[in-house]
Amino acid sequence: MNIKESAKVKLEDIIATAERYFYDVHLNFISDWKKEDTQRKAVGCLPIYTPGEILIGSGVRPVYTWGGGDQVNIIRGDSYYQSYICHFPRSVIELGLGNWKVALDGLICPAICDVIRNVSGVWKVLFPEKLVYYLDFPQNFDTTIGGSFYRRELEELSERLLSLSGCKFDEDSYRKAIVLYNQNRRMVRKLSKLRLDNPSWIPSWEYYLLMRAGGVLEVKEHTKLLEEYYAVVTDLQRPEQDNARIMIVGGFCEQPPLSLIKTIERSGCDIVDDDFTLGFKFLEEDIREEGDPFEALVSAYLLHSTYSSVKYEGDEPKSEQLVRAVKARNVDGVLLMSPSFCDPSLLDRPHFQSALDAAGIPYTTLQYAENLGQFQAIREQTGTFAEAIKLWGEA
Amino acid sequence: MADISGVMKKEAQKDSSMELQKKMLEDHAKRLSQAKEEGKKIVYTFVPGNLTELILSAGALPVYPEINALQSGMRKLSADYINEAERIGHSEDVCTYVKCDVGMMLKGNTGPQGTHMPEPDLLLLSYTGCFVFMKWFENLKQHYKCPCVMLHVPYQADGSITESAREYVVKQLIEKVVPALEETTGKKLDLDELSWRLGLSRKAEDDLVWTLESAKLKPTPIDAYFTGVYYIGPMFTAFRGTEDAVEYYRLLKEEVQERIDSKLGPMTPEGILPRERYRLVVEGPPNWTNFRDFWKIFYDEGAVIVASSYTKVGGLYDLGFRHDPDRPFESLAEYCMGCYTNLNIPSRIDLLEKYIRDYQADGFVINSIKSCNSFSAGQLLMLRELEKRTGVPGGFIESDLVDPRYYSQANIKNRLESYFQMLAQRRSGKQVSGDSLSMEQAGAR
Repeated sequence: MNIKESAKVKLEDIIATAERYFYDVHLNFISDWKKEDTQRKAVGCLPIYTPGEILIGSGVRPVYTWGGGDQVNIIRGDSYYQSYICHFPRSVIELGLGNWKVALDGLICPAICDVIRNVSGVWKVLFPEKLVYYLDFPQNFDTTIGGSFYRRELEELSERLLSLSGCKFDEDSYRKAIVLYNQNRRMVRKLSKLRLDNPSWIPSWEYYLLMRAGGVLEVKEHTKLLEEYYAVVTDLQRPEQDNARIMIVGGFCEQPPLSLIKTIERSGCDIVDDDFTLGFKFLEEDIREEGDPFEALVSAYLLHSTYSSVKYEGDEPKSEQLVRAVKARNVDGVLLMSPSFCDPSLLDRPHFQSALDAAGIPYTTLQYAENLGQFQAIREQTGTFAEAIKLWGEA
Repeated sequence: MADISGVMKKEAQKDSSMELQKKMLEDHAKRLSQAKEEGKKIVYTFVPGNLTELILSAGALPVYPEINALQSGMRKLSADYINEAERIGHSEDVCTYVKCDVGMMLKGNTGPQGTHMPEPDLLLLSYTGCFVFMKWFENLKQHYKCPCVMLHVPYQADGSITESAREYVVKQLIEKVVPALEETTGKKLDLDELSWRLGLSRKAEDDLVWTLESAKLKPTPIDAYFTGVYYIGPMFTAFRGTEDAVEYYRLLKEEVQERIDSKLGPMTPEGILPRERYRLVVEGPPNWTNFRDFWKIFYDEGAVIVASSYTKVGGLYDLGFRHDPDRPFESLAEYCMGCYTNLNIPSRIDLLEKYIRDYQADGFVINSIKSCNSFSAGQLLMLRELEKRTGVPGGFIESDLVDPRYYSQANIKNRLESYFQMLAQRRSGKQVSGDSLSMEQAGAR
């Protein structure tokens, strides 16, 4: 067996592993893990970003969750949310009332929008015995103002997690967790760079599956899986395609179905960057591994977190940051892709559009829901977009 | 003077407090339209967690985009504005207040009063209880190219205000908001004036609470939702911390007292409600595009709203909060954090349960607003919990704030009439009009 053949076999194994975790939206893997030792605790984290270092340092396993996608038949969840609210909280409730009750000892709801904010309250009412924490991120980025507030938020979270796990506070365990996450972030950055430089080597649907596996896998195992994948695709060096280089923006919370990502790729687009599973690259630099770990996490968030629709833009408009990112990635066009009824994503769209117009960058817009089942219209839309870019350099 | 006969009239009947408020609003619109000539600075901000006393003390004039939007809705202007915003890329799915405001701006910024709305010198982003506020002002910032100062107000996730959250807001007020206002107006903030204004707020707040709590009486002299939105007008907008507001609430209290003394029910556009049949609590904002039609469905059936959550979006004064002249920044911080939409779902359920019990409601209605996730996400759970805890039946209707495409009179009327029939059946055999209750018995302050 030559290198490429052997790489192909390894790749199949890696993708099969990632798929196993991706399709385990009910978190059976986590409930089985807990059965092995009844003292084990796991807490779910909704999008976009939760510092997993706080959970691991407090003796709790973080589980990054993105709802049920197109794999869950929503029955009870629909009775909690009106038709004009995004699909995501329905599957969070549906799954919450199912196996998540066993798998998760709590849920962290980061402050990203009113719907997720209110999910925290709904969970409090439905599951009073569980830890439910609304993680309020500061929108002021001064160390002594927003920084002090955020530190207190993280300390409070760690106190509650410690009381859940029964562990004693040990500063060193948070430092060790930072080291593990830094390794993971470095690997994600390395893989993202490879994808940017050689998009045909890394189909987006594979990249996406690998990231989603990181929601369930322990951080060390996830890093290892990414390393293996990196080595395999470097050996494989899949042939270049005559596709348009596009970047996807707007799908940072409710996730598109896997088939939608495949559809976009098959329509002639190389997705060189996207903001699905944004949490894995939310911090753009390593966190300091020495000294006060809480201080290090705070400062990383204030100074090195990526721009995002859920963060106040301050003096630097997000639209300008988007244009800079597009140029830095040398992409041909942007797909502004928002979940239906998603306030943060949809309300950024008008000024993203006008900034892209002003910069002469082609774009197209579309909306989806996590349980979308029809892709033909989108295939035609993105296919036309890709062709227009290839033929005329504009959409 | 109000018509107490209950006879149908074409022209809407109004209390004298409503006339006074109308004049206050006209005067404010005039001041705004002349502001640029007179060198007055304009600060755009939001109703929940508004810092009106601070803005006025800094020598600037406040503008509230939500109020412009709702007034545009009432004057049937919002549909065009929303279309205009959707034309530049705003989705059908998002908040119609935002789109109405953006559309109004794109169409030349003529305010609902017909006068020109001055452009902002500063956007004061009081980020309280609604995520969309941040996106709204990020959008306006792009259009107006003016400075924006963020006041991030933490959510009451566990049902109380933490010391860390209070400190965070106070620090932002002192180190960010005040310097931004001073920079805008070119004047140092007068702390004595701020304290004086907070003292005025306090007086007005006492009278507002007295008025709202008069609805504990049977029959209630007020409707705490449909007329309630008028009662909260000065308090939630440009007049808190002014002598005008103190005078308005003094007059309102007098007016309500007269109605209590005469055992009269609340005012409706067709005169005083002749007979109180159902006492209801309402959760959620009203629809503004068809406000009168919407109201009519209730008063035609003798349904009166005795308490509502919407009249608490600009402050939960009935739970005891008052602005404090001796602790200006701390009390402003507590005010911002205490607004209704900044409460978590369990606290909102507790509050509505308290209203149902304290105001002896026969039922409660949730008006779920399509474009307001802050209010709407979680309301179906609230409905179930409230029914479970109180045994009182809930009604659920859907509409929108200012997008007329999402208001269906026939559907809402049909649903509410069925709900009222159900209420009637539930208590058949019981006395329809309740016993009268004195203010003391009702526990009103």
